[in-house]
Amino acid sequence: MTTLNESLLIRLLTSVFLCVVMLITLSPGQASAYEPGEVLSDPVLESRARALSAELRCMVCQNQSINDSNAPLAKDLRILVRDRIVQGDTDEEVMDYVVARYGEYVLLRPRLAPHTYLLWFGPFIVLLLAAVLAVRYFRVKRPDSLAEEGTPLSEDERKRIGKLLGKPD
Amino acid sequence: MIPEIGHFALVLALAVAAVQTGLGLYGPALGDARLMAMTSRAASLQVILLSVSFAALTYAFVVSDFSVINVYENSHSAKPMLYKITGVWGNHEGTMLLWILILAIFGASVAGFGTNLPDSLKARVLGVQGLIGAVFTLFVVLASNPFIRLSPTPINGTDLNPLLQDPGLAFHPPFLYGGYVGLSVAFSFAAAALIEGRVDAAWARWVRPWALAAWASLTVGIALGSWWAYYELGWGGYWFWDPVENASLMPWLAATALLHSAIVVERRGALKSWTVLLAILAFSLSLLGTFLVRSGVLTSVHAFAVDPERGLFILGILIFFIGGALALYAWRAPTLKLGGLFAPVSRESALVVNNLLLTASTAAVLIGTLYPLVLEGVTGENISVGPPFFNSTFVPIILPLLLLVPFGPMLAWKRADALATAQRLYAAAIAALVVGLIALFVIEGSPILAAAGLAIATWLVAGAFVEIAERVKLWRGPFAQSMNRLKGLPRSAWGTAIAHAGVGVLVFGVVGVTAGAQERVVLMQAGERIEIGPYELTFEGVSLASGPNYEADRGSFTVRRGGETVGMLTPEKRFYPVARMPTTEAAIRTTILDDVYVVLGDPQPGASAGQTQWIVRAYHNPLQPLVWVGCIVMVLGSIISLSDRRLRVGAPARKKPANSTPIVDGASA
Repeated sequence: MTTLNESLLIRLLTSVFLCVVMLITLSPGQASAYEPGEVLSDPVLESRARALSAELRCMVCQNQSINDSNAPLAKDLRILVRDRIVQGDTDEEVMDYVVARYGEYVLLRPRLAPHTYLLWFGPFIVLLLAAVLAVRYFRVKRPDSLAEEGTPLSEDERKRIGKLLGKPD
Repeated sequence: MIPEIGHFALVLALAVAAVQTGLGLYGPALGDARLMAMTSRAASLQVILLSVSFAALTYAFVVSDFSVINVYENSHSAKPMLYKITGVWGNHEGTMLLWILILAIFGASVAGFGTNLPDSLKARVLGVQGLIGAVFTLFVVLASNPFIRLSPTPINGTDLNPLLQDPGLAFHPPFLYGGYVGLSVAFSFAAAALIEGRVDAAWARWVRPWALAAWASLTVGIALGSWWAYYELGWGGYWFWDPVENASLMPWLAATALLHSAIVVERRGALKSWTVLLAILAFSLSLLGTFLVRSGVLTSVHAFAVDPERGLFILGILIFFIGGALALYAWRAPTLKLGGLFAPVSRESALVVNNLLLTASTAAVLIGTLYPLVLEGVTGENISVGPPFFNSTFVPIILPLLLLVPFGPMLAWKRADALATAQRLYAAAIAALVVGLIALFVIEGSPILAAAGLAIATWLVAGAFVEIAERVKLWRGPFAQSMNRLKGLPRSAWGTAIAHAGVGVLVFGVVGVTAGAQERVVLMQAGERIEIGPYELTFEGVSLASGPNYEADRGSFTVRRGGETVGMLTPEKRFYPVARMPTTEAAIRTTILDDVYVVLGDPQPGASAGQTQWIVRAYHNPLQPLVWVGCIVMVLGSIISLSDRRLRVGAPARKKPANSTPIVDGASA
């Protein structure tokens, strides 16, 4: 029975992770500050530009992407991103170009580098540590010992349970 | 004169809080029943004094007494009465006064409702509450006193930030603080239990209602804040992973974990030490939230009260309470006895997994929020951590939890049969699959993501229904018998199912708006039309309008759906002359299933002379209202659960109706 449960759990976990992979790109919030005329006529290029803009910070704002900000600087940056895309840059080249000009501060998704390892891996390290602790909790107390838990019922308690269950003593 | 009375009452409250601390912490050590009984009276007195103080400040705002600096800086005689009153807590000093008032109300409620608490535990809980009250009241008196006078008296005030003159935001802080401060009760219970060296099922039963009430209040507070951001900021978004939003999300996640782990302590006596730690952490995160917002250490759209010196004071308080509590925990927790045992597949384990994932997701938010600050302090490097980071760390950690939610309440305590539980949920799984498939073939755009999201939401809602059906053994016996069981079902079971369904409704909203939102930005002239989603908007033009303390350009749009006129939308661009600030007032037409949202932008010269074109932003946000409905349903679930006899604060020992217990554990039978 236990092995059956475990294989089921494994299958469950696998499907969970498949869903996670599928949904990992979901991002809440659909805000924007675009003005007419900024938007590229080619919908493929425009959607690339939108995706990149969502990852770039408006430098003069408090915690807004350039998609969301109507500050002039954000508008300049939106236009810059679109210029580079129209000129045939890949997504990576556009980002490199922007970072070279404005510094890493402009990225809302910090790059994975030694100085951001703790940021990126931190949450998963916590998850792992917590999981290890939980597993140890089970190791200390084997499920086999469940049967030995507690003291047997006293005669009194047995009678009371019998009464509650409606059985005569 | 009245402000001086308020000031005086505030200082008296500080003294009373100090006495309450002394009595509460020393009384039990001396074993003196009279000293311990006095803590309850001190707690009541503190509420009275702080109410007087708060009323005095409110009075100063209502009559626009500009000789009080705080009123001068945050009010104006032309401001509507509602915002004169809510302006009391729309600024740093007033908001901290509200904070300590709510703290005192919670303290007095423990004193009033906790008649069945052992004397020494009650005194210690009130002692710790008193300590928190004393320290924060000291902060208000010394560093953020709202009663300081100004001379000569100015003729008029400088007005409240217009963004805050809004009904959604007016009631956001009281609810948010109800949550933050409500968690102080769980914290005090944890500290008191550590001092006593005893944590048992009764302790968990006393703590849980407080944690639940705080959680409900926090949920309302966060939802109001998010709703406000949605319609007031005019960006069409409702959650921005802004540091201050994160500051409220962290205690919410920790409180959610606490609610669940306290069930294990209450029912099975296990996870005691962890639950105590969680109670400490939840309130610590509330304090951290207060610190982050009040100190302005993280700049964000919310940081309307930026003052680093006060920040240092709150940082000191933060270190004192968190450090003190953790030290107490490290010292005393090893003395707590281990509780009941359970198998890897059991209700307890499900709740452990719940706690695991909630803790890790809290860590993701915490790390993401503080990392830029710490990195800058340590290496001087500046980085930004924005929504893309949270979407790729928080979301993958919380998703498995969503998938596991329906399993939790169906598993038996101690040792459960995973296969049998999964089989019981087949109806929910089928429902999820059907909805997912329908979505896949009906919705355009990113179909797989949207379909998977909608399937998960359905799984959650259907899972909640299955849980109730299982408890009453629907279709597995006579129908009438099931209905009888339904009537006998304890409210806590209803609460669980409803709250879990609420999570599903929330997920529906998030997925709908994420996958299906449409946006159009166009230049429009009066008489022109645009289509957005299933709606057609006709721009009727712009007129001037004026409010009590602002002037506005008001656009009018006729909304049609399928050729029928369904309503008018009137977005405004407001200007508040006193505060010299413009605001945008989005106009939203909402059905339960979607929102059509219009914002009026700047005017531009038209194609021919004399004509004006306006920038118009229109959004169609499918399922958006379900985000708030989901929050309301979750809160409803918690209120129903709170009204359960077994959880009721101060309820006498439960009398067992002969058949109630088997139904409670129906799923495990």
